[in-house]
Amino acid sequence: MSTKSNLAELVKRYESDILKDWVKEQLAAATLRGDLMSEAELRDQSGQFLKSFQEALQAGELANIAAPAWENTRVMLEGISISRVRQGFTPSETATYVLSLKQPLFSLIRKEYEKDPKVLAVELWTITLLLDQLGLYTTECFLKVREEIIKRQQDELLELSTPVVKLWDQILALPLIGTLDSARTQVVMESLLQEIVRTSSMVAIIDITGVPTVDTLVAQHLIKTVAAARLMGADCIISGIRPQIAQTMVHLGVSFVDITTKATLADAIRFAFGKLGLNVVRREKSA
Amino acid sequence: MEKIPILKMGRFLLVTIQVDMHDRLAMTLQEDLTARIVQDNAKGVLIDISSLEIVDSFIGRMLGGIASMSRMLDAETVVVGMQPAVAITIVELGLSLAGVRTALNVEKGMEILHSLAPAGEEAPGHDSQT
Repeated sequence: MSTKSNLAELVKRYESDILKDWVKEQLAAATLRGDLMSEAELRDQSGQFLKSFQEALQAGELANIAAPAWENTRVMLEGISISRVRQGFTPSETATYVLSLKQPLFSLIRKEYEKDPKVLAVELWTITLLLDQLGLYTTECFLKVREEIIKRQQDELLELSTPVVKLWDQILALPLIGTLDSARTQVVMESLLQEIVRTSSMVAIIDITGVPTVDTLVAQHLIKTVAAARLMGADCIISGIRPQIAQTMVHLGVSFVDITTKATLADAIRFAFGKLGLNVVRREKSA
Repeated sequence: MEKIPILKMGRFLLVTIQVDMHDRLAMTLQEDLTARIVQDNAKGVLIDISSLEIVDSFIGRMLGGIASMSRMLDAETVVVGMQPAVAITIVELGLSLAGVRTALNVEKGMEILHSLAPAGEEAPGHDSQT
């Protein structure tokens, strides 16, 4: 235990020196992003981190950063990770921030225990383990934040990409754009069916012009949607099937039996008008 | 025991399911309905399931069964007002309900019945609707 308290003492005594060395180290490093963060900011952040690091060392829990003593340091690292994600740092740049603390600490320890190689080795090992843990923790936080951002964007995309359009009285259109997966089809199906009830529409047109590929799974989803709409008493038309997709589907053995399919949206609208007994007539030019 | 009422409207029978269907109730409905079709010489059956929120495979199959039986007795069946969640469930259960006609609401369902079984063909003693 005595070695550990020594380390804490050491860091406390030379805190300002370490900070100076560390900041110098960071400024000299290749991963420095002067465009994203000013030197003053870096110095300030590093000072704060070193302070909480030093305080945690005093508590003596050097092997386990999940211990309560490290609470402050962990919160600070989380904050640093989050802000660096926003600023556009890469994961390795963020991890290097913590790992670069090794250099000043190592040289300090080496100077201090020059005469006692055994203690030197032990201390170096302790500090390496500790900083590695902190570095990994930073990366973990970094990835977590990234994942949250991706998740949020996915949700937003889902909302944006499934508009149900009212084309005419009792005619709905659902222009699908982008790849269809199970989750998205579920949303599409629900919003379409709800809109059918709300507007009491007789015909729904699903336009797949914007769907890049249709595989058996997507076809299955489409068939289900059409079947559900039919059960509610609305007719479904699938339009916008590109020649390439038609070929692929036949090769795959998928056929839209019992489903009205049209090549273009215009054809589908014409068909829907016919279904409702509507006629589009060109107005006679009055002479 | 609770029962689902069957109303007669001209040449058609009207069934409104307003309680959660359980198997026993479904069986009774099937029996009553087929009996009433024969008794009233009905030409069409309209089943309103707009308040039905839960379906299972049995109820789904029963709807299909009623449609087939009615057709055998020369009456068309229209199921109206199916909720989106119910429609999704039935599709996910893999029941196609082939042969069952569907409509959005009672009004449209009646239109379909009228077009399928035009008035004035026979039906002595019934109101002919124009």
